[in-house]
Amino acid sequence: MTDAGTITAVVDSILDAFTALLGFVGSAFCRLFGAVGVDLVCYPFMQRALLAGVCVGVVAPLVGSFLVHRELALIGDTLAHAAFAGVAVGLFLGSATALPVSPTLTALVVAVLASLLVQLIAERTDTYGDVSMAIVLSGGFALGTVLVSLTDGGIAVSINQYLFGSLSTVRREDALVLSLLSLAVVGIVWRYYRQFVAVTFDETAAQVAGIDVTQTTRLLVVLTAFVVVAAMQIMGVILVAAMLVVPVATAAQLSRSFRESMLVAVVAAELAVVVGIGLSYSYGLAAGGTIVLVAIGGYGLALLVRRVGRR
Amino acid sequence: MSERDSGRAVATFEDVTFGYSETPAVEAVSFGLDAGDFLGLVGPNGSGKSTLVRLLLGLDRPDAGRVRLFGQPAHEVDTGTRVGYVAQAAATAGRKMPVTVREVVRMGRYPHVPHGRFRREDRTAVDDALATVGITDLDTRRLGALSGGQRQRVFIARALATEAEMLVLDEPTVGVDAASRESFFELLATLNREGMTVVLVEHDIGVVTTYATHVACVNRRLYFHGDADGFAESDALAQAYGANQRIVEHDHDHDHEHHD
Repeated sequence: MTDAGTITAVVDSILDAFTALLGFVGSAFCRLFGAVGVDLVCYPFMQRALLAGVCVGVVAPLVGSFLVHRELALIGDTLAHAAFAGVAVGLFLGSATALPVSPTLTALVVAVLASLLVQLIAERTDTYGDVSMAIVLSGGFALGTVLVSLTDGGIAVSINQYLFGSLSTVRREDALVLSLLSLAVVGIVWRYYRQFVAVTFDETAAQVAGIDVTQTTRLLVVLTAFVVVAAMQIMGVILVAAMLVVPVATAAQLSRSFRESMLVAVVAAELAVVVGIGLSYSYGLAAGGTIVLVAIGGYGLALLVRRVGRR
Repeated sequence: MSERDSGRAVATFEDVTFGYSETPAVEAVSFGLDAGDFLGLVGPNGSGKSTLVRLLLGLDRPDAGRVRLFGQPAHEVDTGTRVGYVAQAAATAGRKMPVTVREVVRMGRYPHVPHGRFRREDRTAVDDALATVGITDLDTRRLGALSGGQRQRVFIARALATEAEMLVLDEPTVGVDAASRESFFELLATLNREGMTVVLVEHDIGVVTTYATHVACVNRRLYFHGDADGFAESDALAQAYGANQRIVEHDHDHDHEHHD
């Protein structure tokens, strides 16, 4: 057996184990919720979509909390559009070479490279200029559209699902990749929580306190790339950034402490994802758009609660 | 510097020149700082005060000359557990971010505990710091809900929680009302009497001559360095501010020292 064959076999067995685990959890949920007439958890494709949604609901607000309060929210949008270029690269390579190239993995590679490029520009110019950000954002999207036009007709169909997101097209390997990405994000945020908090709160004081601000920021933008790629599948690249920003804005209205705000943001995001996916499934609505509208509704509610609470 | 007792020297500037552009922000500056000093750093806007602080903390490296801190080149010093720093405009910082008073003060312990659980001594240091500046009863409040004066004390408490040897404050009372300012400077003077070395950048000359033990007056160059009484009697102030009148048209392009 060749090395490539060995790798394929290993990947396949991991995928099978992952599918079995997901199926086991899924059927448990199916028995639980199916009894009360909620059947969407009984279909494997919806189980994968829900898993994707739940993961996004955890990691997007975690990373978003640090981005928003450092006024770097635009980075999410920039990397999402770069990830689109990555998807196009994957589809292009796939159709050009007939190799099974995963667009999710190429999106990950391109998004991580773009995050480091954005960070490098920021380090050189001492600022996250909206001009450099806009160049990477539109450049990524432009590269994506050009690559799409270079490829045969079939690609245009599959590109739509990445632009606008889709519940029905989360494949087994996508679900596995985004689960691993989410675990990595949670682990890294857990490990470097204090460094992220200190740098977010007061960069110069963090530097005096001996924290490597540059490395911490690089780590944060790479994590953002992870989140964007994980969320892209169901949210679509155009709406990914909303999950980094909206739940965090909601939580900022309702929380006193930063720790509490991260927890509230995750709860707000999970509610938006689950309610959004439910509505999307029941009424045939666009998943990403529904989730974002529910999230924004939650933000409106938080504003209201705060105003009433002040009286 | 040469006549100083080197065992007590905390920091020394030796003929230091540094600039962000071709015109130096500080030029040929030499002075020393001893343990237990309360140094007031005064000068007009854009005179290089904040630049001197950045050099002192090792955030920037001099183009020429040497800056030494705790006996080492300043940029090589691990300042984390030894220096408490309060940035310019700290009173107005952190309005939007949801963060409690206790969370901010706990950040002062992060250099001691970058990962893992806080130990008993860390919690004690945080509690003591809150008590010293008199904000124990505010500890669960959101920082953004406090007045400028209260917020100022939070930042001092964070620096105190570090249990540092030296406090460095860069115009800490911008945006703070007069009564809070006075009690704030009293607090600094008390800390200094208890042995803390203090470096205070301040544009209010009256404050500096009242509370500081030593004064350095800069406007790109050093116009005075000595004890506070000597400064009041000298004409260094007029010279330094007079010098600013002549260079003002060259100076405004690096006026943005750091207002982040």
